[in-house]
Amino acid sequence: MIRVHNLTKRFGHLTAVDNLTFEVKEGEIFSLLGPNGAGKTTTISILATLLLPTSGEAWIDGYSILQRPLEVRRLIGVVPQEIALYQDLSGYENLWFWGQMYGLRGAELRQRIRMTLEQVGLDEKAHHKVRTYSGGMKRRLNLAAGLLHHPRVLFLDEPTVGIDPQSRRAILDFVKSLNREGMTILYTTHYMEEAQELSHRVGIMDHGRLIALGTQSALLQQAGEHDTLVLSFENDLKPQPPLEVLRHLSEVINVSREGDRIKVLTTAPEEVLPHLVTVCLEHGVRIRSVEVIEPNLETVFLKLTGRALRD
Amino acid sequence: MRRILLIALKDLLLILRDRSMVLMILIGPFLLTFGMGLISGRMGGGVSQSSGPRDIPVAIVNQDGQMLGNALVNVLSSPELAVLLEPVLVPDVETAKQQVEADQVAAAIIVPTGFTQSLIPLAKEWQAWSPSSSSNLAIQIYANPGRPNSVAIIESIVREFLFRVEKGRVLGLTAITPLVTAGAIQSTQAEEIGRALGESLARANDAKDLMQVAITEGGLTPSHEVDVMSSLAPGMALLFLMFTATYGARSLLVERRQQTLQRLMMTPTSPIQILLGKGFGVYLSGVLQQLVLIGTSTWLFSLNWGDALGVIALILCAALAAVGWGLLVAAWARTPAQVASAGSALMLLFGLLGGSFVDLSSMPSPVYVLSRVTPNAWGLDGYAILAGGGSLSQIGQPLLALILMGVSLIVFAGVILMHSRHFTQA
Ligand SMILES: Nc1ncnc2c1ncn2[C@@H]1O[C@H](COP(=O)(O)OP(=O)(O)OP(=O)(O)O)[C@@H](O)[C@H]1O
Ligand SMILES: [Mg+2]
Repeated sequence: MIRVHNLTKRFGHLTAVDNLTFEVKEGEIFSLLGPNGAGKTTTISILATLLLPTSGEAWIDGYSILQRPLEVRRLIGVVPQEIALYQDLSGYENLWFWGQMYGLRGAELRQRIRMTLEQVGLDEKAHHKVRTYSGGMKRRLNLAAGLLHHPRVLFLDEPTVGIDPQSRRAILDFVKSLNREGMTILYTTHYMEEAQELSHRVGIMDHGRLIALGTQSALLQQAGEHDTLVLSFENDLKPQPPLEVLRHLSEVINVSREGDRIKVLTTAPEEVLPHLVTVCLEHGVRIRSVEVIEPNLETVFLKLTGRALRD
Repeated sequence: MRRILLIALKDLLLILRDRSMVLMILIGPFLLTFGMGLISGRMGGGVSQSSGPRDIPVAIVNQDGQMLGNALVNVLSSPELAVLLEPVLVPDVETAKQQVEADQVAAAIIVPTGFTQSLIPLAKEWQAWSPSSSSNLAIQIYANPGRPNSVAIIESIVREFLFRVEKGRVLGLTAITPLVTAGAIQSTQAEEIGRALGESLARANDAKDLMQVAITEGGLTPSHEVDVMSSLAPGMALLFLMFTATYGARSLLVERRQQTLQRLMMTPTSPIQILLGKGFGVYLSGVLQQLVLIGTSTWLFSLNWGDALGVIALILCAALAAVGWGLLVAAWARTPAQVASAGSALMLLFGLLGGSFVDLSSMPSPVYVLSRVTPNAWGLDGYAILAGGGSLSQIGQPLLALILMGVSLIVFAGVILMHSRHFTQA
């Protein structure tokens, strides 16, 4: 359904998207997982025909994004990362306008608006100006405006950023139900949990490159039998244990810092732990707690890049 | 076509929900009335009858000593009026009055201290300034009852001078004040604009022209009422039209900033449709504003704009030209704030250049030629023809000029925007 071939986008000297190649099958939820600045939004903007790629090509349902942009736009729906709504129109008016722009009319449009507003839980606020909405409500309306016309392919760019857990839950469930109805979805996020919960396949992006691609189990296998030890400290990392020393302990694959915690990727947590404690004590750092995390997508990212997804 | 219309109507709706925009649209006509009420009461004393003497001795007391006072002195002592007048500068009012009483002069013209400032406020006064609060400082003419004819001539010259200053001032200030209040320009900027306005007002009083007035009007007691109406209102209307158009074009950059432009670009709508839709939205708001302004002024003050069809055609064409300028500003600018400030600057510049504030007929010909780039100049021509009893068929030239201006500017701005990465590439 979506085919991306050697896609590259440069902004001056910065390569935002670097030689990206992947495919999304019809009816699939495909997630692009990556930290800030990985190039997720740029990729979506190119696929949605908003930006021209520097080189490479992509097709949506066989239509080239370069040669047939208008056909592509008829097939897709986009939920942009930034809230893109008219603040002085009501929720209903916004949906009416965007629905019209996607060619919906009359009774069908009204029916869709009512239904979608209900699905995103905004029916009571429908006739208030968007200006008066809370952040989470705006996010949900932003989502509604992108899928009102039931596109065959939906691009969702970090639709859950900065909202409360309930709204997030509602959005994730909604996305799943849309997919069950046959919508192909390209979802970007930097929340490992979301990618894990939603997607059939995941592409991990970093610095514009796709560094891993596959089903979750395949990616986890790639990470091997590695566990992660998360250490947190008394007196918040002052003084600091030297990451280099930790990294050179045997059985340690990678070490990274995330906030005031340290993550250690290891093949044998039981053997490594006593060494870690010794090193920390030698450097005058007191460990407050240790947590062992089973392999997940985050571990994969950590192993591939040596960094945490969020830092 | 449907998409263009949808975008335009959406924009019109947003404009109508924008308080400062509605204020400008609705307040225009009221400022206009206000302005009308202000033109008067700047001159006290004086008697008038008729005949045609020469070398009239006149005493001038310039207590003001500033821009406008000096301008009046310059005009009265200019070589063009030398045949007619023999002015003497007198340091104080008492001396001047003694000269009148001793029949040495036909009249004494007294420009009071602070006269210039009562007309053009300083920076710090802008916030609190309102057209009505300006004091009643008036130029006094102390007349010699023994020389009624000479007095009449002096009076008509001074009156014409004041009328021109007043007209420009009222237009200028009513245009600037809302901008200051709305925060679109700083009060220091306003002072500069005010000073520039004052200087051009002072310059606009061409002495040759005033003599003409003196000769034709000398002796009569002309009522300026009708004149004021018909010369002030179209200038005002066109001034507000330029404001609406440039302010409206701001929405192009606002949409880019709030990401809705990007969202529009991802719907099955072409950039040209989007651009036309946005332009049409601004156009509709301009037309609406002109209809409100002209409609209310006709209805409330029984102002006669002339042939209705002609007026409507002129509104439609002038709005097109104004939208062209608005889009050009939007194509040049990078932020909404830039559009707002460049837009108000353009509006005032065009007001000055296009004859909204000062009468262009007395200007040297390069200025006249330059004025033709403004919708204001062509619009004023059209309204003048209509007010003089002309019909639709007689305003063909201004209409054509406005259409050409509008279409070419829109195409030009469109080409710039289409090639601008800022418009098409996120
Ligand atoms: N219009 C632009 N001009 C210049 N650089 C840009 C532009 N858009 C994006 N970039 C750069 O390209 C890189 C990728 O940005 P992009 O927005 O695609 O990342 P992202 O994965 O969506 O990040 P986030 O999770 O923060 O949304 C960043 O370094 C960004 O600074
Ligand atoms: Mg992004």
